Amino acid sequence: MRWILGLIGTVFAAVLLLSFLSGITAYFQNPPAPLASDEFHREPKELHLASDGPFGKFDKQQLQRGFQVYKEVCSACHSMKLVSFRDLKGIGYSDAEVKAIANQWQTEVPSINPDTGEPATRKALPSDTFPAPFANDTAARAGNNNALPPDLSLITKAREGGASYVYSLLTGFQNEPADLLKKFPDAKTPTGLHYNPYFANLNIAMPPPLTSDGQVQYQDGTKPTVDQMARDVAAFLVWTAEPNLENRHAAGIAVVIFLLFGAILGYLAYQQVWAEAKRKVRVTGALEPKNQAKSRRAKAKQGVAG
Amino acid sequence: MSFSWARPYEPKHPVARWIDERLPLPRLVYGAIGGGYPVPRNLNYWWNFGVLAGIFLTIQIVTGIVLAMHYYASIDGAFNSVNQLIMRDVSAGWLLRYAHMNGASFFFIVTYIHIFRGLYYGSYKAPRELVWMLGLVIYLLMMATAFMGYVLPWGQMSYWGAQVITGFFSAFPMVGEPLRIWILGGYAPDQAALTRFFSLHYLLPFVIAGVVVLHIWALHIPGSSNPTGVDVKDEKDTLPFHPFYTAKDGWFAAAVLLVYALVTYFAPNYLGHPDNYIPANPLATPAHIVPEWYFWPFYAILRSCTFNLFWIDAKLWGVLAMFGSILLLFFLPWIDRSPVRSGAYRPVFKRFFWLLVVDIVILGYVGGAPITPFNAALGQLAAAYYFLHFLVILPLVSAFETPLPLPNSISESVLHGEAAESAPAGQASGPGSVAVATAE
Repeated sequence: MRWILGLIGTVFAAVLLLSFLSGITAYFQNPPAPLASDEFHREPKELHLASDGPFGKFDKQQLQRGFQVYKEVCSACHSMKLVSFRDLKGIGYSDAEVKAIANQWQTEVPSINPDTGEPATRKALPSDTFPAPFANDTAARAGNNNALPPDLSLITKAREGGASYVYSLLTGFQNEPADLLKKFPDAKTPTGLHYNPYFANLNIAMPPPLTSDGQVQYQDGTKPTVDQMARDVAAFLVWTAEPNLENRHAAGIAVVIFLLFGAILGYLAYQQVWAEAKRKVRVTGALEPKNQAKSRRAKAKQGVAG
Repeated sequence: MSFSWARPYEPKHPVARWIDERLPLPRLVYGAIGGGYPVPRNLNYWWNFGVLAGIFLTIQIVTGIVLAMHYYASIDGAFNSVNQLIMRDVSAGWLLRYAHMNGASFFFIVTYIHIFRGLYYGSYKAPRELVWMLGLVIYLLMMATAFMGYVLPWGQMSYWGAQVITGFFSAFPMVGEPLRIWILGGYAPDQAALTRFFSLHYLLPFVIAGVVVLHIWALHIPGSSNPTGVDVKDEKDTLPFHPFYTAKDGWFAAAVLLVYALVTYFAPNYLGHPDNYIPANPLATPAHIVPEWYFWPFYAILRSCTFNLFWIDAKLWGVLAMFGSILLLFFLPWIDRSPVRSGAYRPVFKRFFWLLVVDIVILGYVGGAPITPFNAALGQLAAAYYFLHFLVILPLVSAFETPLPLPNSISESVLHGEAAESAPAGQASGPGSVAVATAE
């Protein structure tokens, strides 16, 4: 049987080594052409938020500013289907404010006319999730040059880099570098798309959403620069993706302290239980005077005649 | 159990005696994980991971049952039931879900350590072949369960993972495509597939628990192996499971749960893939489809076959290699015929063992990374080594290697002269038996 298995193993190894050889031959005969995105794509910029780290808590002022940016800018195209108006209480709005926000939301909630059963709309209630700006994906594509604006509820968990990615993308719009066009003449950004080195393939359908300082008027006196608005909305989107983050951090610290105590007490109990079974006579020196004295004492304790 | 000195169960309380006479369940438990199971006294911490696997199986079953109370197995509702209902509205739902998600990863981490411990210390050798094979059955069931569980949130990776993995079956000639369609209940993953995956994902953990019982039953016939690989000879070599190993497992479990808590509470999505927070979309293929990290080595083997040899095309070679890489482990007790169990006394085997560990880590890296010419070549070499290791190198090493001398007994290897000391005066064998592991 060993021979048969050895033969099978050799055949598998042969297939894999032939794959290896054909792979490297193909590589050297026909080196793959470099792509513009390999060279010009950039990793997200660093972004530090109050919610980072194991002790992180949300900065509610910042979340409210971020919500304002979402409401006045992003929500024109991007839905937020998993978040309800009532959830906004979590970022410091009162019941009355939440009610007002829902009532005045720019899109109404699809409904039916109670008398005729005809499709209709009604004003949003705190228990509703944010109404989507488009009736369906087809309408969203039709309104956006055939690109679908993704739902933002989970966006910071759904993209590599999370909040840093959102912040970098929002502040990363720029003209295509001359270098890129020199090296990759075919990689010119197509009409209707926008160059952004933080986007995977460098060309994103979304036009720059935050274009000028002061686009949103903050009520808390923070200066609404493009950079600030991008940070704030990224922080807000961390909250929409993970509204229980503060609970999670607080519970985590309690659990870790509990388990740490448990492990330490358990370790001491373990030492106690094993003390008799594993007397600490050193491997190298059972005959050393020090250890012999130790074993004499142990024997005396156990009543074994020395 | 099989040791004559195993302490019999003696119920102290009349109620316990009353129950024991009618249903000897307390007796069974006492003999399995109580004072009635003698365990080699020299087990190191690598022997703690079997119990840990049991703990994580329990965590998965408990969190999973509660999650199932809130989950909708519907292609329109699954994503929202997980990401809206459970994560936002169910009390502590976020905790249940993150505990379950990361519990799966930790179940695999401790199981992998448990398997590698078995590989290094020769735990698969006679008389424990069935223990090893039942363990592999558990591992295969775990893989199936984990795969189907990953499909349930119906995110992008769920959908495309299901597409790729069920696609394996279509590689087989003739029966492949009909088999794939039969498994999915359609041409592509859809409602039928989601419903049956949910049903099986709920069933299989209990099947695993059943096989775990067999695994432990088979283990308790010869008793646990130990780091020297030398058989237990007498009572001096063992300690009762309780309180000695319950105490050791207890504190160590708390320490491992601490690490698990750190990940679950502070980096719950670190081991996952961001694309699974995008709802499944059959029309948009993700840029890189990758399974969960615990499948990466096998995924690397699957992708490494790119050469059509004989009448078998590359895709089928990949699928055969991937299944073969696990199935060959069932033959391990007969592939490695060295009479010495423990790798500690096998100098050549030991080197190849660590090479295998490095090889599997490389395969894991390649399986999770995007395909580049360099990664592909690296993966192919590593995959070839994997097969050569088990099917060519290991039989040769076990035939030609000269092992180091073994200790006479477990107690001699650990007690460092205490045996001589505690023997009745005059009968002690003298300072000679003080020697460490190189006696004989």
